[in-house]
Order: sequence, then structure tokens, then C-alpha cells
Amino acid sequence: MDLLATDDQTFLWDTTRTFLERECPLTTVRELAGSADGFDRDFWRQGASLGWTSLLVPEALGGGAITGTGVADLAGLAEVFGAHAAPGPLLPTNVVAAALARRGTAEQQAELVGGLLSGETVAAWAHAQPARPALAPPAGVTATRDGDDLVLTGVKAPVEAGAQADVLLVTAATTDGPVQVLVDPRGPGVAVTPLESVDLARRYARVELDGARVPASAVVGDPATGRDDIEWQLQLAAVVQSAEIVGAAQVAFDLTLAWTFDRYTFGRPLASYQAIKHRVADMRLWLEAGHALAAAAAADLDAGAAAGPEVASAAKAYTGEHLTDLVQECIQLHGGIGLTYDHDLHLFLRRVVADRVTHGTPAEHRMRVTDFRELAS
Amino acid sequence: MTWPAAAAPPDGDVEPVEEFRARARAWIAGNLPRSDPARLHLPAYRITAGTEEEELAEVDRNRRLQRLLWDGGFAGICFPREYGGLGLTPEHQRAFNAETTGYETPALIQVPTFVPCAAVLLDFGTEEQKRRHIPAMLRGEEIWMQFLSEPSGGSDVAGALTTALRDGDDWILNGSKIWTTGAWYADYGLCLVRTNWDVPKHRGLTVFIVGVRQPGVELHRIEMIDGNREFCQEFLTDVRVPDSNRVGEVDDGWTVGTRWMFHERNAMGGGSPYVTGVRHGNVEAPTGADRLIDVARRAGRLGDPRVRELVGGHAVLARAQIALTRRVATGVQLGRLPDSATALTRLMSAEVEQRRLDVALEIAGPAAAGGEPGELFHAGTEYLLRQQASIGGGTTEMARNNVAERMLGMPREHNPYTNVPFRDVPKGPPGA
Repeated sequence: MDLLATDDQTFLWDTTRTFLERECPLTTVRELAGSADGFDRDFWRQGASLGWTSLLVPEALGGGAITGTGVADLAGLAEVFGAHAAPGPLLPTNVVAAALARRGTAEQQAELVGGLLSGETVAAWAHAQPARPALAPPAGVTATRDGDDLVLTGVKAPVEAGAQADVLLVTAATTDGPVQVLVDPRGPGVAVTPLESVDLARRYARVELDGARVPASAVVGDPATGRDDIEWQLQLAAVVQSAEIVGAAQVAFDLTLAWTFDRYTFGRPLASYQAIKHRVADMRLWLEAGHALAAAAAADLDAGAAAGPEVASAAKAYTGEHLTDLVQECIQLHGGIGLTYDHDLHLFLRRVVADRVTHGTPAEHRMRVTDFRELAS
Repeated sequence: MTWPAAAAPPDGDVEPVEEFRARARAWIAGNLPRSDPARLHLPAYRITAGTEEEELAEVDRNRRLQRLLWDGGFAGICFPREYGGLGLTPEHQRAFNAETTGYETPALIQVPTFVPCAAVLLDFGTEEQKRRHIPAMLRGEEIWMQFLSEPSGGSDVAGALTTALRDGDDWILNGSKIWTTGAWYADYGLCLVRTNWDVPKHRGLTVFIVGVRQPGVELHRIEMIDGNREFCQEFLTDVRVPDSNRVGEVDDGWTVGTRWMFHERNAMGGGSPYVTGVRHGNVEAPTGADRLIDVARRAGRLGDPRVRELVGGHAVLARAQIALTRRVATGVQLGRLPDSATALTRLMSAEVEQRRLDVALEIAGPAAAGGEPGELFHAGTEYLLRQQASIGGGTTEMARNNVAERMLGMPREHNPYTNVPFRDVPKGPPGA
């Protein structure tokens, strides 16, 4: 959590924390494992009323972005989500809401933004492409002009909340550059297939586009801005994921620190062994640095800082690597019990792993940091 | 409490950071010499091996640069005004540091003169000590060092054996100190000594100001792996120090020492507001990563994806360090994090520096073993001193203890001598 958070931000996050503790304790997260959708629509509508989807939508469109710190506000929410391994399409709906708010036409905004804000409409960002780097321009799906229509062909996977979404924002390559297109997941030429998910409360799908036809009015932005738009959305995803990882890792750390005090071996608490203390100290370092980077990346993206893209990638690379290591260390310090399904640690491990590997792995983000550094130096 | 109250003047009194930055930028461009690109790979905070004359010239150059800052009105940005500083905030210092990129700064005398020595004086010095020494430091007239570690133990500084005995209004010091950076060209040192052997270890210590060139102080320079001779050992024989040079109360030196080490950790972690320049200073950009990009370019390997990922790996850590340093400074200032959180930045600084050295060695490859003098070959010799980053300024083992025991409240290591007079505590193997 940002140490310089405002009272408004703290209130927003505390409200969500209280709501999740009441509506979605970890026992509920476990029950969701067997559900088709991973989250309940009514739960999502209630969350939306707490501001979950309004932070990147300006007030003029009915949203709640009034402070100029929308990304930081959302990052704080994501941290609370991570701390509860909470269900719900927080990242995809916010990416799509932000894209519509930034680039959408008045018609697109009128049709979709209200529903996203109320939680009636769920959106998915179909950007990931099989067998291609997550951070590369979209090439797996092509959009071809045919009269007044665009024809989409190709595959997107894994798409978070793809099978739950009412609308998809699909990234696609055109001869003029990348574009983003609104697609009805139930339309002709679109096949959405649920996939397995490492996270108990998160769902992914494969979206196959086989000559799916959309009107030109379904394009959000244009090829001239598409690359920058997608780039900004990837930065947003990196920031949100970093914050969520931090939230999950913090809980795993807290559980584990308490365990080292309570667990006795050879007549002493685990916490009294220097071999343990030094590992916990390193974990504490990773955690604090993760908090610091996630908050810095959110602030930079809000401010449009020159270093923003670099810091966003640094945050994802750092948290994705060190804080998944941290959760694995938590399991190590728990011993055998930490490997069981009954113990809660895996709920957080699942969440950090899902965030780590989607929208750019740590290795991919490290490469990007070098790209940005080379340009800056 | 981290910054003295005077470092944060009341609202309305403070020059806005961006105005200060613009003013600093113009002044720096007009007054500070540009860094010599051929010397960029040299560690600026350390005198590099050369003749004694060359090294003394380097010290004089640093004194003149510090005087230049003073004359320009940019010395002691976070020091209180009554002691010659500007009374501004860490954000001002950070802005100034960023603007010095590409320029020479008096890097050599920032640590330990300003941190921890001047910082300790601010916390515990008498009014007379502060007025006499701090403006002189800010003018580049006094270089200070730390008489802290002893040959009998580097990390266990409270186990000091060097002893001070009262003699009227004076104290007589005897013993030996070691790992003092640049003592041979310094003017004064803060010295932690034992004034009472009949109480437990931490309760019999006192801190004094000692003149480096006063009678009875004998210096010996130590040659390090890479040939540099910045570190010294001192032998103190009947060194006479007036009681007015005492910092803090008699036998309460550990209160001073705890704060002293807080400042030192803070400096090692790059979080101190008292340091000018990008070395040891709090910075805004990962300059070490830019040095690696330069190494890769010289090696002709900047296009190699493996090299690019290694460089990125270091840059990620460097970004984490920058963010962490700011967060810890803010957290300690606001009381949201304990002082012991500076141990986190100390740990991080070792990790970042050692990763940089590892990556530079990998990129330079065989040129680090045999090559022309310059950046690539330097990656090899610099690597030899890799562990200095996790030893100097307090080992990372000590920092991990601090995080675990002080920050997280994990049980302290068992110590049977907590209540034993120090003279009865074993100081070597039985019979030795």
C-alpha cells in the first residue's frame, strides 16, 4: 500500500476489504473452484457499486476518476484483491473500461460504459496469443477490410473471463498497424472455449475467430494510435498485476511469520533459528521493495512520467519473480503442511503464478526494461 | 524521527522543488566541471590506486568542489540553516543529485564526513561542536572518518577494546581501530571507546571526537585486493582528548552508536538526505544499468538477447532500489516504518551492486581476464572486490539480523553475557 495514500484512497480500499471479508472469505474462494464462472454476477454488481470498475472512467462518463490517481486507486484495489485471492474480472473490465474512456467513440461509450460501471456488463481484453510473446504486437489475429466491415481471423488465448464476458476487446493486426475491436462473443464466427485455470477463482478461455465480421464502428481508436493504446494497457496490466501480487504475497508472508513464532522444533520456535531469520529478512526485503515498486509504477503511470513504462515493467518483473519466490519460501518454511490443499497458502500461490505468467513474464519484462533504458540513456 | 526539524521548514518557507531544480541545473552547468568520460568507469567515491601525490591531489580537488558548492549556496541542502545548511527537504537533495549526473561532485568526502559523522553530530553534538565543525565540513575544510571497527571484530562494534581513561578534564585513549576509509587524509574522526569495563558490553561505551593528526595517532594504510589503499588501521597510544570533545554522555555511547549505525546503513542504502551526488546519494535513475549498457556496447554484445536480459535484470533491481529507498525514507519519516527498516535498503544496495558486477563480468567475458585498460578489463578487477558491497558499512548478515530481530521482533540470538561485566566476557578461545 502506498504510504502516502490519501484518506479517500484508504476509504476505498478499506470498504472493499470489509466487503470481501464478509462476502468472500477464503472458504468461499475454495467453493468457487468447482464453479463454471468463478464469480457470481450479483457479487460483481455489488463490487461495482463500491467503485471497482469506475476508477479509470472520467466523471463525465459516469465514472469515479476525479483525483487524477485512478491507476493508483485501482492498484490499491488490486492489492486488496490479492490479499483475498478474490474472484472477479478486475483487470479485464478495467482495461476495457479505460480503453473505451480513452479512445471509444461516443456511441461505443454510450452503449457499454454504463453497463461496465454498474457491473451489468463484463468485458474481457483478448490480447494474449498462443505461442507468441505476450508483449509483442498482435499478429495472431488479423483484421481485414471488407467493404464497411472488418473480418477477424485467428486465435486468442488465454483470455481472462473470456467465457464470462458480454463483450470482447480484441487486439488484431491490420496492414496499417494494430487495432482493437469490440467483438460480441456470441456472434457468428466467434467460438469461446473455457480453459483450465491455475487460479481457483479466475477463468480463462480460448477465443477463436473464424471470419468473424464486425462493422467498422466496432474499432476502438485507430491503427495510428493502436500501438500506443495497447502499450498503455499492457503497462496498466503490469501495474495492476504487480499490486495484486504484492497483496497476495503480504498475506502469505504474514501467515508465515506468525507460523515461525508458533511452531516449535527441538524445543524452540522456528523464529529463533538464524537460518530461518535470515531467510525471513530477505523475504521482508522483497516484500517491501515490491510494495515500493508497485506504488511507484502506479504513480508514474498516473502522472504520465517519462520513466513510467520502464518502472511498470520493472515492477512486474520484480514482483513476478521475487514475490512468487517469496510464496514458495513460505511453503518451504511451513514444511509438509504447506504443500497440502487444506492449507490456504496455495490460494495465494495460485494467484501470484497466474499474474506472473500473463501479460508478460518477468523475463519478457526484463527485456523491455533494457529497451527503455537504452532509449533513455 | 529521521530528519532534524530544521530540515523541514514550515510550509510557505520552502522553495518549490522544481524551482530549486531549475536553479540548481543552471548553477551546476555554469560551475561544476563535466565528468571526464574516460574516468566514468572509475568508482568515484574511492581513491584509485596511484601515487600518494596523485591521491592527495584528488582529495584537494574534492575539497575545492565542496567549497564550490558552499560558495554557490548548494552545500548542506538538508542541514539546518544555523549550521550553514539550506534547511531544505530530501526531495530537494534528490533533485540536486539528479542534476549532477554527468558532472563532477565531491563524492570522496560525502561518506563518511556528512554521513554518518555530521549526522551524528547533529543528533548528539554539543552546540559548540556543531557550530565549530559542521560549517567547516560544508566548506570542505574538514574531512571526517569513523574510528569504529576494531581488529578484534568488525561487526561487533559494541565489543570495542580501545579504552579511554579519565585524566582531569581530559581522557587518555589507547587501542586500535581499523577499516577507516581515508583516514590518512582526514582531519577528524568519531571514535567509539570503552570507558567502563565493569558493566555489560553495551553500557560502558563513550564517543569522542579525535584529531587524526594529533600526537599518539599512528596510521597504517591497508592494501586491498585491487590495489587500492583507501582503508587504514590506526594505533592509538596515550592520545589525549579533552572532555569537551565527548559526544553524548559518558558510558552512554551505545545510544550514540545505534544512531550512528542507522545513519551509516542509510548511507549504504542510498537513503541519506545528507549526501550530494549520485554515488551513495538518493537518485532518480538507475545509472548503474546505464554503465552496463555501455559495457555491452563496448563489448559489441548489446544486440545479444541474453545480454539484454541480464542488463534488464540488473536494471529491475536498480529500479526496486530507487523505489525502496524512497519508501523507507518516507516511512521512517512518517513513523510508518521503524528506523531498523534502513537495514532493508542496506541489503538492497549490496544486491544491486553485486548483480551489476556479476553482469558486467559476464558481458565483458574474456576481456575481463586479459585486455586493454578500460571499461571491459575493469569489469574483472572491479569484480575482485565484489564482497565489499556486503561487508563494508556493516555486513549484510548484521542487516538481516536487524530486519529479523528489530523490525520483525523475531527472538534475539541467545547471549549468556547480557548481564556480565565486559571484562569477564570471553574474547578468544579458552587458553588463548
